[in-house]
Amino acid sequence: MQENAADPGLYDYHPYNNRPKIEWPEGKTCAVWVAPNLEYYEIDPPANPHRKAWSKPHPDVVGYSYRDHSNRVSHWRMADAMGRHGFPGSVSLSVALCDHHPEVVADGAARGWEFFSHGIYNTRYSYGMDEAQERAIIEDSIETVQRATGQRIRGWLAPALTHTPRTLDLIAEYGMDFTCDLYHDDQVQEVKVASGQLASIPYSLEVNDHYGFNVYGMSGREYADSLLRQFERLAAEGERSGTVMCIPIHAYLIGQPHRIGPFEEALRRIAADPRCWKARAGEIVDAWRAQV
Amino acid sequence: MTLDPEYTRYPHRREGYDHDLYQWSNLHARAPVRWPGGKSVAIVLCVSLEYFPILPEDEPFRAPGHMVTPYPDYRHYTVRDYGNRVAVFRLLDAFAKAGVTASFATNAAVAERYPELIDAVKAGGHEIIAHSTDMNGTIASTLSEAEERALIAESLARLEAATGTTPKGWLSIARSQSWRTVDLLKEHGLTYCCDWVNDELPWRFNNGLINLPLSVDLSDRQIVAVQQHSAEAWARMMRDAFAFLAQEAARQSSARLLPMQLTPYIMGQPFRIAALEDLLADLTARSEAWFGSGSAVVESWEAQQ
Repeated sequence: MQENAADPGLYDYHPYNNRPKIEWPEGKTCAVWVAPNLEYYEIDPPANPHRKAWSKPHPDVVGYSYRDHSNRVSHWRMADAMGRHGFPGSVSLSVALCDHHPEVVADGAARGWEFFSHGIYNTRYSYGMDEAQERAIIEDSIETVQRATGQRIRGWLAPALTHTPRTLDLIAEYGMDFTCDLYHDDQVQEVKVASGQLASIPYSLEVNDHYGFNVYGMSGREYADSLLRQFERLAAEGERSGTVMCIPIHAYLIGQPHRIGPFEEALRRIAADPRCWKARAGEIVDAWRAQV
Repeated sequence: MTLDPEYTRYPHRREGYDHDLYQWSNLHARAPVRWPGGKSVAIVLCVSLEYFPILPEDEPFRAPGHMVTPYPDYRHYTVRDYGNRVAVFRLLDAFAKAGVTASFATNAAVAERYPELIDAVKAGGHEIIAHSTDMNGTIASTLSEAEERALIAESLARLEAATGTTPKGWLSIARSQSWRTVDLLKEHGLTYCCDWVNDELPWRFNNGLINLPLSVDLSDRQIVAVQQHSAEAWARMMRDAFAFLAQEAARQSSARLLPMQLTPYIMGQPFRIAALEDLLADLTARSEAWFGSGSAVVESWEAQQ
């Protein structure tokens, strides 16, 4: 990126109304990927001067135990609902989860899920890191996921969405080929990096369950309805050129008993639509890269 | 500014948790549990009986629901008092009509100020659990050990003196604890607390105290007061939750827990109470449902461990 410039210069402007046609396999018009966040939040992390990990003095009992629900209880509900409708996960992983609760990571791997890094912990922020510190996190992520799952990570979602001006260049240098950190488009786009090639795959904050429930205060049914509307519009627009819909979720939110039923019903309806390509993030990037 | 090197060291990165308060345990892999009568979903009604002094204290933090406008905040003081004068009796009637029992998380100050209310709660066969002194009695790690010990001891002593019962359970205001709270609750003879929201069955801390997880997500304060849904929308969420838990319990052959956290001045309003009555009528008709007080659920669970 161009540090200290008004426009960080991450990508070129490509207006949506006149683009080359992207075609997804078998004539599908919308690639749908489900992105479960498998996370570990520390109960008493050291302070980063740029951001507090918890809004309350530690221990933040509700904040911590709310998220702990994922690993004890709701991960399996979420994963079963996805599996019943044929959606694999592309996981943004707090890689320390491989150490804390290896059963959860092994469950995702056994289901054929793809893993990318979401940092070491979601309570360790990149703000203020020097280059050596940031490289250490990237190298730790690559090694830890390789050890736990046999997979070489291809992508990055910054821990708690915290970045440095170097992050995108560094992950491309280490051979990663997609980032989930830019929210400027509904199609895959090229990111300008110092070396290598990096694609920006559409993630979404607006249909992220965290925004749905914690920011917008939706009910489970309202959130499920917003997913269906999002899919319907993107699948229609994808007739012109293939679009991408991401469903970013957290088990501790979507796997709550009052939400998981409506969510599974939304997955069922999206999966049943002939315009839906159920894919992993890496497959979407590959299909796009082969056409540009 | 470069971050302190300590920031990229991880001394608690290991199998299990990054603390020693309790053990990790996967819900679906545990030995099956059943509630009395072979029921699969325990519904724990927990009603908060709160006294908000009109002079709020911000140390260690101001409780949710506390005063909002400059002193004297008659608006918020009196509507909360409406809960203890009027609305809670609608809840008690609704419980009696449905034939269910609840746990009342009671500020010591409420028990002292409103003995007639406590008599009605006891006459209904409900449980009283401890809920601090009043709504200024919040807990966080910024309290000294002596202050926190005194707060818990005073809450229990005043509640016992005013109610003639010894509470087995504890609910912290806003479920907020310090690092010491679990040990201090145990030291004061409590059997369980309701603060950690990570599960859908009771579980035990390493020190022996039991946690009864009462979800915050479905409390009337969260759904109605914070997220501003209607009482009917809240009731629909409760029905969705019950339906899912009953189905999961059948699939996994083990019981589950559905908390229902109620606040008199919120759910006991005339225009909202029918949503609760209708919900209770529906749920009591379900063959899977067991309405148990916190203690009854904890005792049933403990007997099966």
